[in-house]
Amino acid sequence: MNGSKSMLKLAAAALSKGLQESPLKSGLAEKGNFCRTVFLTRRYSAECSGKETNPTSKKSDSGEIDVEIPVKFDLHLLESGPSQVTTTNKEELMKIYTDMQIIRRAEIAADMLFKSQMIRGFCHLYDGQEAVSVGLERALSYDDNVITAYRDHGIFLGRGGTVFELFSELMGKRTGCALGKGGSMHLYHREHNFWGGWGIVGTTPPLGAGLAFGQKYEKKPNVTAAIYGDGAGNQGQLFEAQNLAALWNLPLILVIENNHFGMGTAEWRSSKKTTHYDRVSYIPGIKTDGMDVFAVGEAFKLCKEHCLSGKGPITLEADTYRYHGHSMSDPGSTYRSRQEIQGMRQERDPIERVRKIILKEELATNEELKDLDKQIRHEVDEASAKAREAEFPGEEELFANIYKADSGLIVTGCDRKHSKVQMS
Amino acid sequence: MLAAFGKNRALVSSLLRGGNGGDGASAAAVWAVSKRFMSASGDSITVREALNSAIDEEMTADSKVFVMGEEVGEYQGAYKVTKGLLQKFGPDRVLDTPITEAGFTGLGVGAAMYGLKPIVEFMTFNFAMQAIDHLINSAAKTNYMSGGTINVPIVFRGPNGAAAGVAAQHSQCFAAWYGQVPGLKVLVPYDAEDARGLMKAAIRDPDPVVFLENELLYGESFPVSKEVLDPSFTLPIGKAKIMREGSDLTIVTFSKMVGYALKAADELAKEGISVEVVNLRSIRPLDRETINASVRKTSRLLCLEEGWPQHGVCAEICASVVEESFYYLDAPVERICGADVPMPYAANLERLAVPQIDDVIRAARRICFRKQDKRKATA
Repeated sequence: MNGSKSMLKLAAAALSKGLQESPLKSGLAEKGNFCRTVFLTRRYSAECSGKETNPTSKKSDSGEIDVEIPVKFDLHLLESGPSQVTTTNKEELMKIYTDMQIIRRAEIAADMLFKSQMIRGFCHLYDGQEAVSVGLERALSYDDNVITAYRDHGIFLGRGGTVFELFSELMGKRTGCALGKGGSMHLYHREHNFWGGWGIVGTTPPLGAGLAFGQKYEKKPNVTAAIYGDGAGNQGQLFEAQNLAALWNLPLILVIENNHFGMGTAEWRSSKKTTHYDRVSYIPGIKTDGMDVFAVGEAFKLCKEHCLSGKGPITLEADTYRYHGHSMSDPGSTYRSRQEIQGMRQERDPIERVRKIILKEELATNEELKDLDKQIRHEVDEASAKAREAEFPGEEELFANIYKADSGLIVTGCDRKHSKVQMS
Repeated sequence: MLAAFGKNRALVSSLLRGGNGGDGASAAAVWAVSKRFMSASGDSITVREALNSAIDEEMTADSKVFVMGEEVGEYQGAYKVTKGLLQKFGPDRVLDTPITEAGFTGLGVGAAMYGLKPIVEFMTFNFAMQAIDHLINSAAKTNYMSGGTINVPIVFRGPNGAAAGVAAQHSQCFAAWYGQVPGLKVLVPYDAEDARGLMKAAIRDPDPVVFLENELLYGESFPVSKEVLDPSFTLPIGKAKIMREGSDLTIVTFSKMVGYALKAADELAKEGISVEVVNLRSIRPLDRETINASVRKTSRLLCLEEGWPQHGVCAEICASVVEESFYYLDAPVERICGADVPMPYAANLERLAVPQIDDVIRAARRICFRKQDKRKATA
């Protein structure tokens, strides 16, 4: 315990110098990679001076509500950035609140389903990052493409996937969005141009560049948002995709959900440069507060305009945070402190911010919001129960959909003499 | 007639070289005319011409088809397979890529998911290893993982296997690796008819197709019928072809080795061994039906491939025959494969590393329990 106390002191000292450096550099973490990162919370508090926890909003003359975006956007190769004020109304605010709350409750329910072993394998939860999904949907339409990596539950719900389809897929039921054959990391919603759900880190930038290529080829007035995490930020294929997108002028928004940890490796331990929006000398970028749904929305709005005006790709870095560990097998506390996680919940929770605006502008009472929370929780629980009742895919599904054109195909099971099927 | 034909060919070539995208229609018209001349005179075409014309026709028929790869455009193709396509279809549909396989392959897969029909060229399949994650994890598995929601209508094509004197890093055969993966279709054309029919089928197919060509076959000419030259000509995917019927021994092989097997069969016929040569055309799906039917007829199997023996294509063919047709075999199954070594450079060593016709003949005699130097007069 003495060790951690002295580390805390050193961390506080480092922070008072306004240091962006890693405690590792100041020689704090000697034993393995045990690194208390209390300063992370404080850095944001110092930067935002608590404004985001008491957001400034006011009713305009038309009855709409102007909400201030307290954290300044960082810009790279851009003359002007997104607006620091967004205009909204009661209907929108209630929808934003509801959408984020649904994601939050769904992820908490998924946590419980995993612990009761109804979800198997991997389960990477999105709670804390709701503002990125809901903010994206504020600016993009279902005609725009979205592709993301394996932390995809929140994006799937944002794209209009239902909680029932989500839970079904997580539990491997035939009512899932991929008929139960994909699982947590492979969610899809083709109708709303959500292209998955990808388990291999770093693949979404090139795949997203391909989706954007398709939009340009067919002269569509739409963009592609290719989402990846800070852990993928050093991938070679990202560099290749950036070059191709810029060279061929593709309408691609490269979105980094920077939650500062690639699994258990903090950004300063994996990356020589810990920011992403300003890495490429020929692609402009914006860094936004990823815990502020309005900031994310305004940033995406500008990015979409940029791409549609034929200026090529743009990078959007969302400074966000995941409350859970990397996955359900990670408590999330061996490489970051519980104080840090608590601090984030208290100071930067995306849903709390919107709740405060709703209450301040008297769009709903505390009681009404509590009732709404209860209703959402009830709907999520119902969907969970319904998904638990649903059936697993039939055994014939094992051999189905290997190809789209599989007429006459012979497929064998483990015992090739016993288990052999010819597709019709 | 022939003189006019020759002039038209020159006209076609110059149009293809000099025209811009807008000249496509007239170039296409002349190409079609010259092809009619070719079929009327019972012409041969090279494998290169077969591939080029197949891609050309499919790009003309379907605006979603486009070509992407290193040097496919202004260079006219590293092996000239995409010659003239840039001039005919323009830079929006024939794209020169930077040397970034992982990036442009992923881009191709994304475009295919979106609904376009990319033809991604690898200068050789050795370089596709840089992009293999996208071939397997992004392309092959997606239709299954998405419960049939998202298919990937992409063709990955390029030269595969040994060329001549290009040494270890440029000579690997990847048929076995890709052939193992459910979700891929893997095609291995031999002659011009195969090249045309399979390429057209691959481009039209809604699933990812790995199209393994052979550099040394590009320049070889083969006679083709009018039917083969017709724009509607395709071959079914997953069906092997009996190139030569026989009764004593079945040789199953693919790509360049088909030519070797046919030559070996000619030699073996002189000593009374009647060889049936099966040209696989498709590694996945593998035509086990045709292979086994042939072995049940001849009772003897010799598999032949250029790639390495361990876990190779021949290993799978042998397994299939032993599983399905054991009681029909009069001799153990045998394989002639590439030597179990990285490809050496020296010409004499390279010759020892790749199967030769003599290897095929020796193995055939062994399987037929004939001594090396015994010969029978031809019937």
